Amino acid sequence: MKPPAFDYLRAETVGDVLEGLAQQGGDARVLAGGQSLMAMLNMRLAKPKLLIDIMRLNELRQIERKGDAVVIGAGVRQADLLAWPQLGETLPLVALALPWVGHVQTRSRGTICGSLAHADPSAEMPLALVALGGEVLLRSARRRRRVAARDFFAGMMLTARADDELIEGISLPVVKGSRVAFREVARRHGDFAIVACAAMKTPTGVRLAVGGVADVPTARDWPVLDGCALDDALNAFAYELVARDDVHATARYRRDLVRMIGRDLIDEVLQ
Amino acid sequence: MTRLKADQRHSVRFTLNGKPVEAQAEPRMLLSDFLRHQLGATGTHVGCEHGVCGACTIVVDGMLTRSCLTLAAQVDGCELRTVEGLAPSADRLGVLQQAFRRNHALQCGFCTAGILMSLDHYLAKNPTPTEADIRDLLSGHICRCTGYTPIIQAALEAAAQLASPQKETSDA
Ligand SMILES: Cc1cc2nc3c(=O)[nH]c(=O)nc-3n(C[C@@H](O)[C@H](O)[C@H](O)COP(=O)(O)OP(=O)(O)OC[C@H]3O[C@@H](n4cnc5c(N)ncnc54)[C@H](O)[C@@H]3O)c2cc1C
Ligand code: FES
Ligand code: FES
Repeated sequence: MKPPAFDYLRAETVGDVLEGLAQQGGDARVLAGGQSLMAMLNMRLAKPKLLIDIMRLNELRQIERKGDAVVIGAGVRQADLLAWPQLGETLPLVALALPWVGHVQTRSRGTICGSLAHADPSAEMPLALVALGGEVLLRSARRRRRVAARDFFAGMMLTARADDELIEGISLPVVKGSRVAFREVARRHGDFAIVACAAMKTPTGVRLAVGGVADVPTARDWPVLDGCALDDALNAFAYELVARDDVHATARYRRDLVRMIGRDLIDEVLQ
Repeated sequence: MTRLKADQRHSVRFTLNGKPVEAQAEPRMLLSDFLRHQLGATGTHVGCEHGVCGACTIVVDGMLTRSCLTLAAQVDGCELRTVEGLAPSADRLGVLQQAFRRNHALQCGFCTAGILMSLDHYLAKNPTPTEADIRDLLSGHICRCTGYTPIIQAALEAAAQLASPQKETSDA
């Protein structure tokens, strides 16, 4: 397995990246941690003409608290965020979910934003973004825009990002004092999730977000329900996600996990 | 900004286990192939070439790195450590390597270079790991021979020995 031939551009400014993307459009790919892109190149599932390496740009490497949000730049590696001293207090859900992304050896290189750009339906960071209601900060030579999490994921490995846009960073709201919970079922710790769920107490009730079942991570808000009402709501939600059978699990097993983990996590955050 | 053309070879320079090295590579050349074929540093092994098996794991600028998911061009100017740099001298094994030998933590040895790099890097930062920590770290590697138990044993033994450096043991 060897990647197809491409030009390699080592960007020194964000301008370099935007110019490369503007000129080459769909034939260019941003190279961040490489933990998904390089595997796709090695298997020749992608054949870009230009790779734009963004990892030498210090300006993209910031983790910043901005009022009620934390802004995470495109160059922030998963291991950097895990080691950020304020993570537990500002983004407790991310602190719970991030250790499930791959392994020590892939988190050391892989970025948060790269995981969102890749948009694997089982990935944990897209799930966290949707659960928290964060925003993706996009930038091209033409414009800058912010896209809400629920509008960003368009399908399996598809996002609202245009070919000439760089994900410059993401913004995640700091939800003060709110209780959160996360649980995942995978074949082994570090593998992609069969089902991953995140729950959060909201001012009006509770939110449950599910990854690994539908093509995109999906969140649902409910008022505080109990007993049968909650079971019915979870059951309806599990069916709406239109689970599919694959080699790892049947659709029925996935629905079961949504109902059971959903129930546990909701009990946990409402306790 | 540096743009390397697809159909040409370009110089790549970096520090490998403390020594400066240089060779030519097309932009698409993987670091794992660059190490093995251009530099002849065949200690780093190649299993799956998609990041899953861990055989190719090395350390780049202090970060554990799958060399099969890295381009040679990306590490220009960086500091690399590979399994060739672990032994204190040509006829002596390091503490971790000795522990592997004592515990039969390798059989065919295919996975060993990558696992040694992960453990060496990890133990330097986490001198008192639990068994669970070591298991979590090893989830990033696949070994088809040992069943992992002797590797975990070797890692814990090496950690204990590194924590009390006065004890010297022979290589035998
Ligand atoms: C063994 C293994 C296990 C893994 N397990 C998991 C897991 O359990 N859960 C999980 O979520 N992931 C997992 N991953 C993938 C994860 O490690 C990657 O880090 C992540 O999916 C991509 O991030 P990256 O920085 O490596 O991006 P890259 O691989 O560099 O890029 C991925 C894609 O995103 C695009 N891209 C990257 N950054 C930007 C940007 N700033 N703007 C625009 N486009 C961009 C690239 O062009 C490419 O198309 C695993 C990977 C491996 C090798
Ligand atoms: S060869 Fe790199 S992880 Fe398998
Ligand atoms: S010793 Fe043979 S694969 Fe690990």
